[in-house]
Amino acid sequence: MFRYAFRRSLMAFPTMLAVLIFIFIVMRILPGDPAYAILGDDAPPEALEQFREIWGLNDPLYVQFGNYIGGLFTGDLGISMANARPILPQILRAMPYTMDLTLAGLIVGLLLGVPLGVFTARYRNTSIDYSARVISLAGLSTPSFYLGILLIFFFSYKTKLFPVIGGGDLNDPWSRLHHLVLPALSVGLTQMAYITRVTRSAFLEVINAEYVQTARAKGLREYLVMYKHALRNALIPLVSVVGIYVGILIGSSILVTIVFNRPGLGKLMVGAISTHDYTMLQAVMVMYAGIIVLVNLITDLAYGVVDPRIRYR
Amino acid sequence: MLPNQTRRRMVRAIRRNKTTLVGIALTLLIFLVALLAPWLAPFDPIQQNISNGDMPPGPVNILGTDSYGRDVLSRIILGTRVSLGIALSAVGIAIVVGSTLGVVAGYKGGAIDAVTIRVIDMLMTFPTIILGLMVLAVLGSGMVNLALAIAVAITPRFARVARGSAIAMRERDYVQAARALGMSDLRIIFVHILPNLANEVLVVGTLWTGTAILQEANLSFIGLGVKPPIPSWGGMIRDGVNQLFSQPWLSIAPGVAIFIVVLAFNMIGDGLRDVMDPKTME
Repeated sequence: MFRYAFRRSLMAFPTMLAVLIFIFIVMRILPGDPAYAILGDDAPPEALEQFREIWGLNDPLYVQFGNYIGGLFTGDLGISMANARPILPQILRAMPYTMDLTLAGLIVGLLLGVPLGVFTARYRNTSIDYSARVISLAGLSTPSFYLGILLIFFFSYKTKLFPVIGGGDLNDPWSRLHHLVLPALSVGLTQMAYITRVTRSAFLEVINAEYVQTARAKGLREYLVMYKHALRNALIPLVSVVGIYVGILIGSSILVTIVFNRPGLGKLMVGAISTHDYTMLQAVMVMYAGIIVLVNLITDLAYGVVDPRIRYR
Repeated sequence: MLPNQTRRRMVRAIRRNKTTLVGIALTLLIFLVALLAPWLAPFDPIQQNISNGDMPPGPVNILGTDSYGRDVLSRIILGTRVSLGIALSAVGIAIVVGSTLGVVAGYKGGAIDAVTIRVIDMLMTFPTIILGLMVLAVLGSGMVNLALAIAVAITPRFARVARGSAIAMRERDYVQAARALGMSDLRIIFVHILPNLANEVLVVGTLWTGTAILQEANLSFIGLGVKPPIPSWGGMIRDGVNQLFSQPWLSIAPGVAIFIVVLAFNMIGDGLRDVMDPKTME
């Protein structure tokens, strides 16, 4: 197990490096000039040149790359071009909101998706199965921001149950939770079909497996067969899907944060795009990439724990 | 199994699956709307008539008007062309580019393949919308750029499918025989590999068209999409969101359109996937 964990963790580094290089290249092939974008078209040439000097835009690419990577090692993500303040603190302030939403979306997806998957597998090809699948298909077909808008309309406007905007006070757990409900539902309900699908197919595979039939032949009660043997094995493929699912959740939550005006990485990113804040944009991309690579690593390691066959490859 | 037998089996399975049939019917209807849009729309979607602005749904403007007095229903109908056009372009580009890269990598193997699979995996770690945002941040908004941005996110998926197919095909007897006979690589790819790829590409393509439409809506909602006054469903929701409480139909109606179209494609895709997956077949 230790060898597998070590090897897999090591693999994360080249992946992360490739991603960092990719982000660097994308940010540098900008057709526009950041100086013009920030200072405006009427800015005098001396101001533009000074801007480029300050931000190191005139340095050769390998120097810029060195600064970029070096900065990451020392935890320096640079300075925002839009508000001239260090980026890392701004990101750190936004992170709890993003983590909350991603985790909440995951919980919603699992709590609703897994039972639904088991349910549709058990009663497969009946009308219950079809209606449940159409419902989760409907969820996938709804833009998450649209569901957010509908939820705001019905639960914040027509009935004053939940707050419309903001993230709430981090220090007050009740406020934090209160502001989390509608966004989490917007993200979770739309994407849960992925979980349902995987659970269903895994469960179908397991139900007809030999060891289940053996357990039944032994005379075990049905619910023991289902939960002790079938479900535990069916959950294995689910673990490997969680990594991808978190990536989908992250994408979905960017839009939801706009609808609810909720602080977080998504808001920083969209703000950076509209204000042409290239350094902030780059930093946020790096953060996202880091989170995704980390989540995938954890998922693979968890998979190694759950399915012993993987470790001996 | 010979391609003909598989295809016949598929068609029979599709006919039995109600969801897919509804999906296909709905999709055909949507294409019809997109084609006939200029004639179906009761009003000019771009023409402003501010004195008639912000009217609620009524007998004249069935879905009401927006702040500029433009008929919402007409804008939604024209929006069908925009959304469908962008989504299909994006998927088309992704299929062509992705399949080419995937087949070449899979068939040739070696260093080309190693590099390609690394790039594919790396691109696939990014959520679709983040890739789209990156590309749009670089290129700026607009219809073509939007299609490109979405295509960038989808291409790795097709590349992977194509590569898998090419690798499987390359070991087949008749392909090896063709090589032994001196058939050029290009001919082998066109004659043997691509036709087998077509089935899978069809399934994957339908699935991703729905996603492409959603991504177009997402990006337009953020504000990086189609430029006004061209009607786009995501853009319409964005414009209407500030008036959500006073004129809710402005945001709600385009969303229903998005939902119907994406649902249609997803129904087809879901049914096709069931047909392909032996575990869920009877």
